[in-house]
Amino acid sequence: MTVNSDRSDVVLDIERLRTRIETPRGVVHPVNDVSLQCRRGRTLAVVGESGSGKSMTFMSVLGLLPAGGTIESGTVRYQGREIDPTDKKAARQLRGKAIGIIFQDALAGLNPSFTVGQQIADVVRHHEGVSRAKAKEKAIETLGLVGIPNPRERADYYPHQLSGGMRQRVMIAMGVALRPQVLVADEPTTALDVTVQAQIMELLDGLRRELGMSLVIITHDLGVVARYAEEVAVMYGGRVVEHGEARQVLKNTVHPYTEALLRSSPRPDADVGELSPIPGQPPNLLAVPSGCSFHPRCHRANGRPECSRDIPLLRSLSPESQLTACHHAEEMALQKVSK
Amino acid sequence: MVAETVEPTTAAPYIAGDEAVLRVENLTKHFVKKRLGRPTTAVKAVSDVSFDLAPGETLGLVGESGCGKTTLSRLILRLIEPTSGRVIVEGKDVTRLSKRQLREFRQRVQVVFQDPYASLDPRQRVAASVAEPLTNSKLSSDEKLRIVHETLERMGLQRAQARLFPHQFSGGQRQRIGIARALSVTPKVLLLDEPVSALDVSIQAQVLKLLQELRDEYRLSYILISHDLSVVRHVSDRVMVMYLGRVVEMAPKEELYTAPRHPYTASLLSAAPVPDPDVERTRERIQLLGDPPNPASPPPGCAFHRRCFQAELVAQKLGDSEVTVLEDGRRVPRTCAEKQPVLVTQDATKHWSACHFPLSREAVATVTA
Ligand SMILES: Nc1ncnc2c1ncn2[C@@H]1O[C@H](COP(=O)(O)OP(=O)(O)OP(=O)(O)O)[C@@H](O)[C@H]1O
Ligand SMILES: Nc1ncnc2c1ncn2[C@@H]1O[C@H](COP(=O)(O)OP(=O)(O)OP(=O)(O)O)[C@@H](O)[C@H]1O
Ligand code: SF4
Ligand code: SF4
Ligand SMILES: [Mg+2]
Ligand SMILES: [Mg+2]
Repeated sequence: MTVNSDRSDVVLDIERLRTRIETPRGVVHPVNDVSLQCRRGRTLAVVGESGSGKSMTFMSVLGLLPAGGTIESGTVRYQGREIDPTDKKAARQLRGKAIGIIFQDALAGLNPSFTVGQQIADVVRHHEGVSRAKAKEKAIETLGLVGIPNPRERADYYPHQLSGGMRQRVMIAMGVALRPQVLVADEPTTALDVTVQAQIMELLDGLRRELGMSLVIITHDLGVVARYAEEVAVMYGGRVVEHGEARQVLKNTVHPYTEALLRSSPRPDADVGELSPIPGQPPNLLAVPSGCSFHPRCHRANGRPECSRDIPLLRSLSPESQLTACHHAEEMALQKVSK
Repeated sequence: MVAETVEPTTAAPYIAGDEAVLRVENLTKHFVKKRLGRPTTAVKAVSDVSFDLAPGETLGLVGESGCGKTTLSRLILRLIEPTSGRVIVEGKDVTRLSKRQLREFRQRVQVVFQDPYASLDPRQRVAASVAEPLTNSKLSSDEKLRIVHETLERMGLQRAQARLFPHQFSGGQRQRIGIARALSVTPKVLLLDEPVSALDVSIQAQVLKLLQELRDEYRLSYILISHDLSVVRHVSDRVMVMYLGRVVEMAPKEELYTAPRHPYTASLLSAAPVPDPDVERTRERIQLLGDPPNPASPPPGCAFHRRCFQAELVAQKLGDSEVTVLEDGRRVPRTCAEKQPVLVTQDATKHWSACHFPLSREAVATVTA
């Protein structure tokens, strides 16, 4: 299933990916039948609550699964060629050069005992095998690219000498040092102030344009989706439950979970009246509810038997670019039209 | 750099008069760092903050990391001693209480922290955690247990869960346990320091709704600290904006969000993305330059002048003699660079701001449209 059948600009193509992790308490599937396409020069947002599988999807692709984790089925293609993320050497080549990643706990990712310039230069040397001096030049150039003033001087700073926003810029510099085709930014602004958040998002958006990258933003902030993403995939319990153009998904959602997310979030620009919290909690992967895994919390299930019996498959609804995994999506769409 | 003298502001944004459950008067905290036993630089974490809180009122507190929000709440709780200023709770000066009186006071003002996991003892059963603030009361253990059970039930948890340990709960449930603990002593004021920041949106909404219900039920007053402007808008009656230890704007919620007067507030509001693509893609943004300044060496004049768009706009209309040229070549009014603006109100609308050139409604409309 794709939102757009034209594949000519698809750089990274994830098809029906299913990942399993063996834990002491049983086998879990944090990524379950996930298909996503990253397109050149475009921004894809992946949203969903904690534990929904956003990070695991890209960790699977990059061969960075935790112990006990494997890809059970599905294919990953980079620039049309199938790749095997479980092949350690291939995965290492892919990381950084083809796909850059800014990890979720980014600030922990910097080594406190090396200067930031050294750390970026190491990435460059490791992949491109250039001289120390060349790598250092590239590091300085990249620090400038991510908007760090006086990069030549700052390259000799240690992480603790920089502010949180500056450190996040350094992490981004590591992610783009090799000028990858795809940049995955996993919650790039979660721990930052709104003002710095805005600066970082503008930076990522600018880099996407400048370097012609495909940008993936993993986030839980629907405002970020609205402002920066062309396309969005909403995940729940390891599955993509709604996928489409950002505008469509946010304005004319055809999945009850997305609808519930929107209704439970206050807004900075308007009074929303009373919030409608989603009852209960996200699913426990060791005991995923039967049928639609959202059914115990869904305000539209109304005890309908198919909801707790059959897993709804992701399918397209008109407009064709919008995909939903809900048995009652037509009903939702109709209600919206009649309103 | 010229050493600046701060003129004490006699007038302050008080609204509740004798009714006030809490009143903070010119509260100041300068942390003095000692090197080799000798004081060196002072971190001006909180400077000359005054406000009060009406019964049942929620005051939102926003500002960037390091602006002094947590220090202010620790001062109010008297977990740290102020450099100067007073905290008055129900008419009593907290800064002068004896140990015994302090214990009583602790029952009136309670706190809920951001990370419910860090604030609950992992080896303690939930019942014991929730009963903790009751330790010094004369209640029997049966009565304490009854209160624990009632409070937990009010939070949507089950009695039986009182016997479990914190790790057996989800984040949202742990936050409710934190709130239950704070409420077991029926306080008047609850300080909420980023109470929902660690929670997912769906769980966040559950906790916010609970907080609103509790406020109405017990006529509690809240001070809600959050970096999330949506959350603050949703729950607050009044909002206070801090920058580098000072209050720069304070107004009823609606006023502050629709007609901010301080350029910093306008910049914050403009930075928060809105979950509506049609609004987002047409909206102009104020780009806030750089990071917040270091509170150990605050800039002279208005602490915001190196990042302020309004100062640049105003300077365009001023002659060279009235302008200061900054290191990066930008021009700002000399007053902004040299004179600290005082928190004032220009009308009787309870809308206070500390800016030499406050924004007009029209100006806000043009910069954020
Ligand atoms: N090492 C592990 N062993 C077993 N399960 C794991 C492991 N790491 C992650 N998981 C599970 O995989 C699921 C998906 O995790 P993932 O990190 O992808 O979530 P996420 O959507 O990125 O959430 P967040 O917003 O919190 O980052 C979670 O339910 C998590 O509990
Ligand atoms: N015990 C201390 N000693 C020295 N400096 C301190 C101390 N506590 C806080 N500070 C400093 O005081 C300033 C205000 O800190 P505070 O924790 O109050 O900020 P905050 O607004 O709560 O920030 P955040 O949003 O990051 O929680 C910061 O510069 C901080 O480094
Ligand atoms: S399939 Fe049923 S339970 Fe699932 S989202 Fe649709 S209506 Fe709700
Ligand atoms: S006093 Fe000047 S620098 Fe400060 S906020 Fe107002 S206009 Fe900006
Ligand atoms: Mg994640
Ligand atoms: Mg704080």
